Amino acid sequence: MKRVVITGAGTVNPLGHDVAQTYAALAAGRSAIGPINLAGIERLDVKIGAQVTGWQGEFEKTDLVWMDPFAQFAVTAARQAMAQAGLGKMPQAGVILGSAGGGLQTVDDNYRAVYAMGKNRVHPFTVPRLMASAGASLIARDLELQGPSYTVASACSSSNHAIGQAFAMIRAGAVPVMLAGGSDAMLCFGGIKAWEGLRVLSQTACRPFSKGRDGMVMGEGAAVFVLEDRDHALARGATVLAEIAGCSMTADAEDMVQPSVNGAVRAMRLALQDAGMAADEVGYINAHGTGTHANDKCEASAISQVFQNDVLVSSTKSLHGHLIGGAGAVELVACLLALQQGVIAPTAGYLAADPDCAINLVTQTKTATVAAVLSNSFAFGGLNAVLALRRG
Amino acid sequence: MTTRDRILEILAAQALMDPADLRMESRPEDMGLDSLALVESIFALEEAFDIAIPFNAQDPAVSGLDISTIGAVVAAVEGLVAQRG
Repeated sequence: MKRVVITGAGTVNPLGHDVAQTYAALAAGRSAIGPINLAGIERLDVKIGAQVTGWQGEFEKTDLVWMDPFAQFAVTAARQAMAQAGLGKMPQAGVILGSAGGGLQTVDDNYRAVYAMGKNRVHPFTVPRLMASAGASLIARDLELQGPSYTVASACSSSNHAIGQAFAMIRAGAVPVMLAGGSDAMLCFGGIKAWEGLRVLSQTACRPFSKGRDGMVMGEGAAVFVLEDRDHALARGATVLAEIAGCSMTADAEDMVQPSVNGAVRAMRLALQDAGMAADEVGYINAHGTGTHANDKCEASAISQVFQNDVLVSSTKSLHGHLIGGAGAVELVACLLALQQGVIAPTAGYLAADPDCAINLVTQTKTATVAAVLSNSFAFGGLNAVLALRRG
Repeated sequence: MTTRDRILEILAAQALMDPADLRMESRPEDMGLDSLALVESIFALEEAFDIAIPFNAQDPAVSGLDISTIGAVVAAVEGLVAQRG
């Protein structure tokens, strides 16, 4: 089996428009959650979120017609990752992108046009813009990647499934280089309205694992990574950002929305097993930590069962919001920060200890030498994917 | 059908019970209604009466809505319907 390393990273998210800006915001514990501005906000109960602001993608007008915001985020992140990896043209590489909503803003805009505004005509490229796989297609086209390329959807675990799938392909020797990550852009009227229906969104702040938490806060954005066969990377003298040592993918096969302690325990244990990693090797866990009452209580209980030590835990969703299908990818940026620079990004919004969440929660930026990390994603529908990484 | 009967009918349907078997002192959890079943019930009540019911599934205690018993839910919804006019 091949060993798999990360040699490039790129991101556009509410904290920053590249990895350097995102590192700075994570290290400073600066939350991007605040009042949002979008069409129809007056009819929404939830008026906060984490938006990508002050950003414009560098695209030709003729390309933009194909590009929902989720695809613009994804292609920009992929360009940054490829530039950092320094691979030049890599036609045998492919891209696996996670996305839960795909071109949701395109769907929203066009439903409004035909249903609310009574129009009988939509733009001819509506389908290629809204299709969930548009992000993968547009990355492949932009970077001239001709290898295996597709999109995976597993709600909030989409990114980790995508990265895990690309990891498995390289490990098996099927392809030496893959791009993988995730992207979503659900901050539009219909996207938020749908989530409001479930009554799990906070109207105030995201406070993972804290007493007084009252729900999740939505974000938007993307992160994409270059995954590479370690021998291939070392032979060309590439800088290794981290090694992906293992991955687990599991289904709770229980409730559609209630999390499962057993499911989370099993997912974390299988990731450790796949990585050949002892639990006490792990210095930091980037938790799924949505800030909902149910998830955090359940995840804390699962972490306590798997880890007997005081492993550091934070949920960076309190900083960049919940990026849904892009969540695991942006959270992997926080994992790289921990592995590369020994900086543990904090959990913002913390008020007081919740006895149901007895974990070593990092609430102020911490410096620690971390040899290995886990990144948890536990999605609605009971689909889980956990990544295990070591320093490169 | 009175407002009260309609409310009971909606709650009973969610709990898979006969409305006649509902007791005003019953607690939602005793009827097998967890927080998500309550979210669905409240949606159905909002749609039926064209009202907005404050309910936070994260922490029902902070919703400002007493949902401790079936009787409390009925009273709260009747009050909101009366306010609506």
